[in-house]
Amino acid sequence: MKQLELLMDATALDRALIRISHQILEKNPDAKTLGIVGMQTRGVYLARRIAAKISALEKTKLTAGVLDITMYRDDYRMALKQPKVKVTNIPFDINGINLILVDDVLYTGRTVRAALEALNDFGRPKTIQLAVLVDRDDREMPIRADYTGQTVTTRKNQEVALKVKEVDGEDSLWLMELEQGD
Amino acid sequence: MPLAIKHLLGLEGVSREDVTLILDTADSFFEVLQRDIPQVPTLRGRTIVNLFFENSTRTRMSFELAEKRLSASPLNFSTSTSSVAKGESLRDTMRNIEAMKIDMVVVRHGAAGVPSFLTRCTDAAIVNAGDGLHEHPTQALLDMMTIRQRFGKLSGLKVAIIGDVLHSRVARSNAWGMTTMGMDVTLCGPPTLLPQHPRALGVRVTDSMDEALRDANVVMLLRLQLERQGAGLFPSIREYRERYGLDLDKLNKLPGDIVVMHPGPINRGIELASNVADSDKSVILDQVTNGVAVRMAVLFLLGGGENA
Repeated sequence: MKQLELLMDATALDRALIRISHQILEKNPDAKTLGIVGMQTRGVYLARRIAAKISALEKTKLTAGVLDITMYRDDYRMALKQPKVKVTNIPFDINGINLILVDDVLYTGRTVRAALEALNDFGRPKTIQLAVLVDRDDREMPIRADYTGQTVTTRKNQEVALKVKEVDGEDSLWLMELEQGD
Repeated sequence: MPLAIKHLLGLEGVSREDVTLILDTADSFFEVLQRDIPQVPTLRGRTIVNLFFENSTRTRMSFELAEKRLSASPLNFSTSTSSVAKGESLRDTMRNIEAMKIDMVVVRHGAAGVPSFLTRCTDAAIVNAGDGLHEHPTQALLDMMTIRQRFGKLSGLKVAIIGDVLHSRVARSNAWGMTTMGMDVTLCGPPTLLPQHPRALGVRVTDSMDEALRDANVVMLLRLQLERQGAGLFPSIREYRERYGLDLDKLNKLPGDIVVMHPGPINRGIELASNVADSDKSVILDQVTNGVAVRMAVLFLLGGGENA
């Protein structure tokens, strides 16, 4: 895979998250009703940052939950290589809350579908709202985001890759192109 | 990153990477078991046959529960109600069950090597739930999971496995698995109940319980198989209890963070005193809980993708 274009640098990424945090509060004025859940793996880092920003704005303390959807994937039978099951940890009761589901990229919508099924096993939130940093368009399911950092039109042979400080040492968002053999 | 193994026949020869992957996956399934709705749809539509040619309550229930928690359909088979009683051969039984389109087989049998034999009769993934005196790999995996939960690691820990080692497939699987994971294993029991060639297992062997317990982090007592007493392998149950049973006096001489394990079912008052089994050092019930998580992990990892 080779890097094609820088979509967001660290500053742009932070601004997008600040905007999303404000939009979440605009729609859900009472931060006490909020629960933030990030999807493994990159969504988790974004969820933590959004939770920190909202906590600072509202002088409250939100912790981000972690959701792994490996057990809910619809391609378990077809997958050539098995995805590793990762940790799920939602340290609050999701019943009756406004749950903000956070992921880095929204593409086919299948991951979000799996996440909705997974959340179903934890309880019944009042609402589930979806926040993504990038919307790639090209959905395979009737799913849309409530909060979007940026919309990017991509081709099939392209991918969007998020780098975060915690793992990659820097914050940036890249449009990538698959090369032969990828 | 998938498992290198296609079947779980034993822990002999299973790599450290595979054991680690199973234990890591089991930790995730452990979390599933703590939920209000402890079930995931992962194996929906898959049929798993539980072929139990030998009595078992705990292991069979644990496997069945693991299958249900993964939304698979379990199919139970026990010898007393089956056509094995009518003289059907093992191969025919297997081929008939396979013709009903099943995906995985969990098998327990009194003869060593049956799970391995079944891999040649069917394309389904085989999981050994105990075969003769050979191995009981999921028990050893759940033991290691329990130890890792307590200590946060396996490598470098010292384990004493005490009792009827010779007739214990649990001890054998643990010896293979634990040495692979870098643990220091000592097998202990009356000389007549110790394996003839311990060096092949890569473990130490002693008939002195004091020696086995020295610096041990974990002590695992094995069930004294009372039905074997007639064979004259040890003088009396009373003497066995004196020399190889764990009571409160012996426990109190051990370090404060010692962990006491038992694969069950316990003979209370023989290998394990009642107040030791129920003490805060005992993780016996954790072992049972972890057993479901470990079996979910094994079924998930063996049943996935194209290799099923």
